[in-house]
Amino acid sequence: MSMIAIDNVWKSFDEGRIAVLKGVTLAVKRGELLALCGSSGCGKSTLLSLIAGLEDCDRGTVTIDGRERKTEREKVALLRREIGFVFQLHHLMPDLTLEENCLVPVIAVGDPVKQAKARMRELAEMTGVAHRLNSPVRVLSGGERQRGALVRALMNDPAILLADEPTGALDEENREIVFQMLLDLSRSGGKTLVMATHDQEMAQRCDRVLRMRDGKMVEP
Amino acid sequence: MTSLLRIILTNLRRHRVRTMIGAAGIALGVATMLSVVGLLGGAVKMFERILRSDAEMVVFEKNVSDLFFSNVDVTIAEELAQQPFVKSVQPVLFAIVATPDRPVVTCFGIRPEDGRLQKGEWLQGSAADFRSDGEGIVLGERAADFLKAMPGESVELGQHSYPVVGIVRLENGFENGGVFMPLKACQDAFHKEGVASILAVALAPKHEPAEVKAWVGERYPKLTALENDEFSKSYSQFKILKTTAWVVGGCAFLLGGLSVTNTMILSVFSRIKELAVTRVCGFSRSQVVLMIFGESLIVSIFGVLLGWLLSTAGLWLLREVPALQGYIEPRIGWQEVLGATVLAAVTALFGAIYPAWYAARLKPASALRFE
Repeated sequence: MSMIAIDNVWKSFDEGRIAVLKGVTLAVKRGELLALCGSSGCGKSTLLSLIAGLEDCDRGTVTIDGRERKTEREKVALLRREIGFVFQLHHLMPDLTLEENCLVPVIAVGDPVKQAKARMRELAEMTGVAHRLNSPVRVLSGGERQRGALVRALMNDPAILLADEPTGALDEENREIVFQMLLDLSRSGGKTLVMATHDQEMAQRCDRVLRMRDGKMVEP
Repeated sequence: MTSLLRIILTNLRRHRVRTMIGAAGIALGVATMLSVVGLLGGAVKMFERILRSDAEMVVFEKNVSDLFFSNVDVTIAEELAQQPFVKSVQPVLFAIVATPDRPVVTCFGIRPEDGRLQKGEWLQGSAADFRSDGEGIVLGERAADFLKAMPGESVELGQHSYPVVGIVRLENGFENGGVFMPLKACQDAFHKEGVASILAVALAPKHEPAEVKAWVGERYPKLTALENDEFSKSYSQFKILKTTAWVVGGCAFLLGGLSVTNTMILSVFSRIKELAVTRVCGFSRSQVVLMIFGESLIVSIFGVLLGWLLSTAGLWLLREVPALQGYIEPRIGWQEVLGATVLAAVTALFGAIYPAWYAARLKPASALRFE
């Protein structure tokens, strides 16, 4: 059974005037690292949003671990336990410390913060930001922020990691560091990774690469 | 819940200026409300004490809106005083007169045996100088001050001139700023021959107010006898004062509430992306709503405390103003504080409804694209 199964999904915006996804079908195996490539506006981010339950599709089905998540409650549960999201921009709260930011998913779930801190520290060590946990986000470098965002996405140990151009806003050096961490953490943690990227070279380092064009999957 | 509270407190802390502006709005509302309610409540209490002086009951004309319009035949006082259930009856005539410097001077037409003068501290003259068959008047200390009169001098009140026979310091601000006239002289001066405004009735030991009520009800159906507390609750002037205080305070609160709404709307609109990220991190709509309501509620609690301090300090300062001494007896009791706290909580919750609704309806994917 696929971890993520997308079947003939259609999605449009502006009351149907802008068709973004046009019958996308896709299956991602558990533990697979998938790169979605394509030019801007081809529908990669929208596809990630549909997988995360942040958007509803107009037609078709999105199944996560064998189940469609239709209700609000199911979608919240999906985001809490099964999916971690990394954006192109870190989207950390600038006035909070990195630690406070990383604890937001834990607070959402209601798990004890004290125990979660041990996991946070472990992840922070792995991503090299442990020494920055008590620093406000605004004083961190771009690379540190994105690594912090990676820690936040992994706090509740999700089975799926969705990454939307995770290195798109970084310089070359940090791009390589963050991307490698993403791959390593996904592989070592047995996570299923779906990553939208422009970068062909990075995409090739994933298990599989799919290309999108004009809202459709095309042959690699 | 503790963790959510932590996020709420963190949000408030990192937007200190916005938090302070919201709290200041509520604080001003609370301060205005408590000050107005406290001042008017104090005035009502002072007036109640004038009526109560050594008495448990008040007899006055039924259905009058103001005791100044009540006329009770003084002979009824003599008749009532003979009853076994009555210890004493004191007729009191209230009147208001204007002097060149003061638009309102309260006059009390009383008998020499009325307890209120006995309790005062005689600064000049003595109780013996105040005679029922004379025209000599006694001035409260404040009244003597603003009328600039001393014993041996005369004071012009209305159409007549009255010799001052004493000056007495009284605790009650209204009484301390009032003029005490012999009942008969007061009746003559204000064309109220043979009548008083009220009869203050002290009960004989082991007798019940119901006996006085029954006696008055049977013989004088145009009069009413009420216990002091009943009177306080039913007297329309008190009701008007208290209602005015709460309405004025409530309006101030509405303004405070608007400030909280404004602050919370600003707070939500300025962190649309943050709210979207919290949703992506697993916050449910109800958690987002709780967070916004929680922030609003804490801002209000802070505002209540600040407002309470402000009003207490303001009233204390007012009380220290020499010209107002004795007239201001603010009463901020637990009921007033509770009322203000409840109003603040309600205001906070109402003020947060729209921001919370907006925040809960945010679509994370669209919000993250928001510029």
